[in-house]
This record gives sequence, structure tokens and C-alpha cells, in this order.
Amino acid sequence: MTESAASGVLLTGGAGWAFVVFAVLTLGTAVAVVVAKNPVHSALFLLASFLVVACLFILEQAEFVGAVQILVYGGGIMVLFLFVIMLVHQRMVAGAKAFQHQWDIALLFLLVFLVPFLYVLGTEKFPEIPQNPDAFRMIGTRVVGNTQAVAWSLYRDYLLPFEVASVFLLVAMVGAVVLGKRSVEKVD
Amino acid sequence: MCGVRCEGSWIGLSRAPQTAHRAPTTMTITINHFLIVSFLLFTIGLFGVLVRRNFLTVLMSVELMMNAVNLNLVAFSRRLSSLTGQVFSVFVITIAAGEAAIGLALTISLFRQRKTLNVEEASTMQG
Repeated sequence: MTESAASGVLLTGGAGWAFVVFAVLTLGTAVAVVVAKNPVHSALFLLASFLVVACLFILEQAEFVGAVQILVYGGGIMVLFLFVIMLVHQRMVAGAKAFQHQWDIALLFLLVFLVPFLYVLGTEKFPEIPQNPDAFRMIGTRVVGNTQAVAWSLYRDYLLPFEVASVFLLVAMVGAVVLGKRSVEKVD
Repeated sequence: MCGVRCEGSWIGLSRAPQTAHRAPTTMTITINHFLIVSFLLFTIGLFGVLVRRNFLTVLMSVELMMNAVNLNLVAFSRRLSSLTGQVFSVFVITIAAGEAAIGLALTISLFRQRKTLNVEEASTMQG
């Protein structure tokens, strides 16, 4: 790990600074999502956060995941959020409290997560230099694109989870329709 | 000194000292920095889930937490030269889409019943 430390390590120089910028933007927009009082502002900050995380994915050579992130999160989920915000438009009460008093539970959870995290970070040696830098764009020994490699893996090695995910999406769609429709007759 | 490298050395995993005498603009990002960013993102989402009262903001915070998980998966996937992490994060994005659809349908349902989005008022089962 000490030899060729700067050349073998993945993100150096300009890419490293890009990571710093994207990381700071990610965390800043995430804080803004949580802190903003207006849900529309929260949703727009969330959109910015999704896009910056997609930039981080692309920086990590996961181009397909970055594109899916932009399409699914930035396109689908964000439209869904904005539609629901418009549907339920609640009056903004001036002095309404945005936060509830669960700070103690949140801090407890933070400690519960932070201690093992720091322990693992301090003791574990994670691999830093990949064995095969082209692993993301290879099928067998041929070098192709990242999307093709992901598709190859998805349809060959993970076919059953793929089908289960499609069934899951069908169930979620039916469930959302049933939950969202007005009750035709009085049930309760 | 650059803040990120100092943070790494504070954890006790500083880079080799040879990198220290390089040009000061050199920024070397290790997996630990990804882990720290992901942890902070997850924590921000957790605080949002526990602390906000608006149901919509709670759902958005859940999405933030899923993003943090995806970040970890992708970062480790590259270090391990394995495509599995990327495929898994595609699945996580799929689950997040379904979860958002169900959650927002529940939001509409809650709003019809209670005329509010405050999670503190949806306490029928609290006893």
C-alpha cells in the first residue's frame, strides 16, 4: 500500500477534488432537505442531492448506476413527490413547529451507529487498489461498456432477483392504486 | 493541510508519508472518505426520519438513507473489482421506487382521513 501510493490509488488529483466538491454538495443539500420548512423546498433540495450523488457514482465509474439514478430518482420519484405535494397542499401555518421532540432518540441512534463505525474504520484494512481496473466494462475478457457489462451480469447471474424485482414493482403499483383511490363504498 | 487527509489520519489510517511531500494540490481519496460521506448522509437521513413532523419530509429522508447505502455499494464494488455492487445498487433503486410509490399513496390516504400530514397525529395504535 505504501509503494506507488499515489498512482495506484483510484481518485487522485482533479478527481479527488471533484469528489470533495461533490461530497460537500451532497451533505449540504441533504441537510437542506431535512431543515427546510416548506416541503417543496425539501423536494427541490432532494433533487439536487440525487443529481450530485449521481455525479459521485459516475466518478466511481458506475456510469449505468448514475444514469439510472438520474432517470429513476431525478425523473420518476421526484415527479411523484411533487405531485403528492400539490395534491395534499396543506396550508403553511406560520408558527407551526417543523420538528418534533425526538432529538434524544436520534442522538441515541447516532451513538449506536457511530461507535461501531469508528471501530471498523480504525481497525479494518479495506482494499484500496482494485485487482482489475477494467472489471466494470468487461464481459469475460472482452472490453465493452459499463452498461453492457451490467446487463450481462443482471440477465445472466441475477436473473431470478431481476424477475422478483419486476413482480415487486407490480405489487407496489397495485398497492399504490388501491391505497390511493377514493373509497367507492363506505368501508368503515 | 487538507482537511480530508487530516480526517483520515485522525482515524488512524493516514496515507503513507511519501504522499505528504507531494504537491499540496494532490488530493487522494480513499475508501474511508467514501465511508465517512456515506455515514454522514445516512445520519442526516436518520435525523430527518426521527425529527421531522411532516410525513413527506420523512419519506424524503428515507430516500437519502437509501442513497447513502448505494454510495457504499458502488465504492466497494470498484475497490473489489466486482460488478455485484453495482447490480445490487440497481436493485436498491428499484426497491426505493416501489417504497416511494407506496409511501406517497399512504400519504394521500392519511391526508384524506386526518386532513394533516403531521406524523404525531397519526397515533391511533399508540394506545
